[in-house]
Amino acid sequence: MKVAIIKYNSGNVCSVQFALERIGISALVTDDAAELKSSDRVIFPGVGEASGAMNYLRNQNLDKLIVDLKQPVLGICLGMQLMCDFSEEGKTQCLGIFNQNVLKFSDTNKVPQIGWNTISNLNSTLFNKISEEEYMYFVHSYYVELGENTIANTNYGFTYSSAVEKNNFFGVQFHPEKSAEVGQLILKNFLSQ
Amino acid sequence: MLTKRIIPCLDIKDGRVVKGVNFENMRDAGDPIELVIQYSLSGADELVFLDISATNEKRKTLSDLVTKIARNINIPFTVGGGISSIDDVSLLLNSGADKISINSAAFKNPNLISDLSDRFGSQCIVVAIDTKFVRTDSFGEKDDWYVYLNGGKIKTEMKAIDWAEKIVAMGAGEILLTAMNNDGTKKGFANDITKCISEKVNVPIIASGGAGTMEHFRDAFLLGKADATLAASVFHYNEIDIKKLKEYLKKENISIRI
Repeated sequence: MKVAIIKYNSGNVCSVQFALERIGISALVTDDAAELKSSDRVIFPGVGEASGAMNYLRNQNLDKLIVDLKQPVLGICLGMQLMCDFSEEGKTQCLGIFNQNVLKFSDTNKVPQIGWNTISNLNSTLFNKISEEEYMYFVHSYYVELGENTIANTNYGFTYSSAVEKNNFFGVQFHPEKSAEVGQLILKNFLSQ
Repeated sequence: MLTKRIIPCLDIKDGRVVKGVNFENMRDAGDPIELVIQYSLSGADELVFLDISATNEKRKTLSDLVTKIARNINIPFTVGGGISSIDDVSLLLNSGADKISINSAAFKNPNLISDLSDRFGSQCIVVAIDTKFVRTDSFGEKDDWYVYLNGGKIKTEMKAIDWAEKIVAMGAGEILLTAMNNDGTKKGFANDITKCISEKVNVPIIASGGAGTMEHFRDAFLLGKADATLAASVFHYNEIDIKKLKEYLKKENISIRI
């Protein structure tokens, strides 16, 4: 199976690459259009700031390319947020795949949220063999609101989307590549979509 | 619900793990990768690596070790020790570190914090504060927790609470607070200053220094309002088992990942 990780200016690329190595997959890290289009699975990672990342994607023509991908695509953390409609971070128009917005956590909780939190109301094959209230590792200051594409939610003083799905696109706010064995299982589930 | 984190800290010197008692008298504590794998399987929520021998010549050795660690574990880890530039940070993050921790360099050049958080995002920028309670005069008016630099060797006139507020304003995503009076004593964390800072700033606080018993961890969360606790020797020498510690904390009604 050919798995590609999208190379851009905001990736935590090697963490994802190493996590895939641990489950026996040697992934290609690339921003080449032909390579991405011909991959069986595409992972869109991301750590960093939304507006800078979107500008970079537009300049490299990766924005249209991602939206048009037909194979299963998994956005992680910022990657997932960039696949939504709009982000409050830098007031950025995003890729518009998921019909939901990205908002900033209010100061009633510590920001960023850093650490292990639970996921619940799991409603996707991405969560095969994953139980409700399983712990995943989160690091983020912005969150995706609940909406029609939500397939898992998490509580941080209120409930938000910790995973979304639409057609061939999946997004997770947590870091499966850093969430111990459970995270590895989610990556495996994505690869078997 | 977000859980409180238990973070073993591994001090690294020349590719080996050591732990100082009051920052001196280093003792050798084993091979890093063996310990690292052991910890990631034991239920540790995160790991912190502090390179206490960091010099420019040794950077490459450190980044190789970071990559080796990243390949071997599936939980997040932070790397610190002698980091002073955007290039240092870029190298370590690209080698597989999830977060980096800066200390003295941030004090000498606070703009480094905003430069780093603008470039890499505040979520991966941990600012470490080494602090010591100092009695300065017989009236006690200036008695306070002051910031120390260079591994605790140099006292500054900056109070820890003021520095904490400043670094958060500059873009620190997390604070690693080490109380030097407590470090290595096994008499408990400095819950007073931890609570004071945790309630004053809106980023997570990792309490460090003084862990000796399971009750100390509980107190750091309940009294110190810490978001995470960090310890080294009690874990390295198997004085406290992480699984048992987490079960204990859960029984004490602290939100913990089991």
